[in-house]
Amino acid sequence: MEFLSYTLQQLINGLQLGAVYALIALGYTMVYGVLRLINFAHGDIFMFGTFVAYFCIARWHLPIYLVFMITIGATAALGVLVEKIAYKPLRAAPRISLLITAVGVSLFLEYFLSLNAMFTPNYIAFPRPFDVAGYDASLVVVTNIQLIIFSVTAASLFLLYLLVYRSKHGRAMRALSHDQETASLMGINVDATISFTFAVGTACAGVGGILYGFAYPQINVFMGIMPGIKSFIAAVLGGIGLVHGAVLGGLLIGVSEVFVSAYLSSTFRDGFIFVILLLVLLFRPSGIFGRRIEKV
Amino acid sequence: MKMKRAFIVILALLFPFAGPGFGKEAVRIGLITPLTGDVKTYGESAKNAFSIALEDYAKTGKYQIIPIVADDRNDPTEGANAALKLITQDKVLAIVGPLTSKVAIPVSEYAVKYKVPMVSGTATAEKVTIADGKRKPYVFRACFIDPFQGSVAATFALNDLKAHAAAILYDVGNDYSKGLAEVFKATFENGKGAVVVFESYQKDDVDFSALVTKVAAKKPDVVFLPDYYNKVALIAQQLRDRAVKSVLMGTDGWDSPELVKIGKNAIIGGYFTNHYSSERKDKVAEAFVRQYKEKHGAAPDALAALTYDATMIVLETLDKVQKADAEAITKALSELKNFHGVTGTIGFDKKGDAVKSAVILQVEKEGSRYVTTINP
Repeated sequence: MEFLSYTLQQLINGLQLGAVYALIALGYTMVYGVLRLINFAHGDIFMFGTFVAYFCIARWHLPIYLVFMITIGATAALGVLVEKIAYKPLRAAPRISLLITAVGVSLFLEYFLSLNAMFTPNYIAFPRPFDVAGYDASLVVVTNIQLIIFSVTAASLFLLYLLVYRSKHGRAMRALSHDQETASLMGINVDATISFTFAVGTACAGVGGILYGFAYPQINVFMGIMPGIKSFIAAVLGGIGLVHGAVLGGLLIGVSEVFVSAYLSSTFRDGFIFVILLLVLLFRPSGIFGRRIEKV
Repeated sequence: MKMKRAFIVILALLFPFAGPGFGKEAVRIGLITPLTGDVKTYGESAKNAFSIALEDYAKTGKYQIIPIVADDRNDPTEGANAALKLITQDKVLAIVGPLTSKVAIPVSEYAVKYKVPMVSGTATAEKVTIADGKRKPYVFRACFIDPFQGSVAATFALNDLKAHAAAILYDVGNDYSKGLAEVFKATFENGKGAVVVFESYQKDDVDFSALVTKVAAKKPDVVFLPDYYNKVALIAQQLRDRAVKSVLMGTDGWDSPELVKIGKNAIIGGYFTNHYSSERKDKVAEAFVRQYKEKHGAAPDALAALTYDATMIVLETLDKVQKADAEAITKALSELKNFHGVTGTIGFDKKGDAVKSAVILQVEKEGSRYVTTINP
């Protein structure tokens, strides 16, 4: 009984972490889908989202729905800006140049925002707009933060599903991910669709950033690195380029991270996650849901 | 750029006192301290205390001191670079600091290599003055060391808190945190206590839910958190979020006004070992506390008090030998006995460490309350 309750409790902890990873992984996967680019600056855009939420709550004392709206708007704008300035001029360049640029953008965002005139390199306490309360459901204790994370993530996924599979923009996005040239011949505006994809992907990271701030109320400009890498692994695990793959990958990474800490040792945790990445790349590089790549 | 500005500000502050200093020989003294990053309140306290010490010295001192302050961000690489710059470019005679052990350890290597005396106020890890069982010459500190601090904390938990079971969470990449965790565990188990959770985390971790659930399942009497205030506040919050009611205990890394600001109610009531209490009854201590309160509006924490002591030790030794010579100062430092400082009487033993008593403080809404003193 005790073992069961302990396991369930750890499972909920893992899902809480995994939900945030899933939101970040969505951005990686969508951008990869249309551009074949791993946007390494994505973790830093996530960090930017947390900071915007921090300013909304701590400095401007805005109501919670405005916090979400402003953060989503700001991260989407930053995502589009990064795409226009850094990636668009390289559209015709080899893919490796794009990748290196992404690393450069990532470092730029981290170190520029860590200037004293910007966000400073200090650790800042993120004020929760509500108090933490736990609900005892006989076997496990669920906190209101976890409920918020689960419901917001579910709602975002539902909206995203509608957007990608039930809207015109979504169809353009999917067409682009199949074949960019043919899509443009069919009258799809390639540049606009790519920008739109960046906006949606980074908006998801923004939502993840707010939730992360609620759950772990201490932020600094380098906080995006680790979640960024782990979400990237999540996207690869699920099958990069696939929306449902990113979600499942995120949840799996979150749960395995917590279970390694819970049953083995916290020292092995990060190592274990990277071993997953290695195994996926070695034996199933297209991920859980990905189709096997046939050799030509 | 920032460093240069800070330097100019300090010079400007010192200017009124520099009057009688004309004609005196100028000597450069460096301070390495974290002014930004995860433990910036340590650095601010230290910088404040450093400038008070220089003012006090300027009244009677035989030399004109040119202070050079460097920011280490509480990052070992950054700290080592700062030390190299202070030594090779600024040609400082001696270094005060660094504050944290993890930065002090690499900096001490440079101190030894370039033969520059270094006195840290607060770096408590054993490895700061010792490497592979060998004493590092030129390296001193004005505080007690972690084997003592960890055993004090464990003894207090056993005897005063009557704890039988303890959980320990520590940062595996930080010599300070790791060293304390190991000493606490050994002492606690020696005293017939049981360590039910002994787990580590990484510096950048923010999600402690797995560890917290582990702790919650074992229901220990105390949870020992030997880390800096930022991480402690975050872990404490997550422990309380999951309704863990154990008494929280820690070490001198807790000593920061930010601890309560970030940790809020979660951390209030916790106990930690420290170097001194600002309520200490002593002529030197009271004068320093008064001066610090006037200038900075708050009671000085141990970081400030120890940096003041470390700076004064360097400056008074300089006056004693009357020679701006690193070798002579190092020799005089190793013979230092009965220096009357803010935090007590300081003398260096063969290893360059100060032998001093520790105090236990309890975290309150505003600052901390003195509980007891434990002698070595």
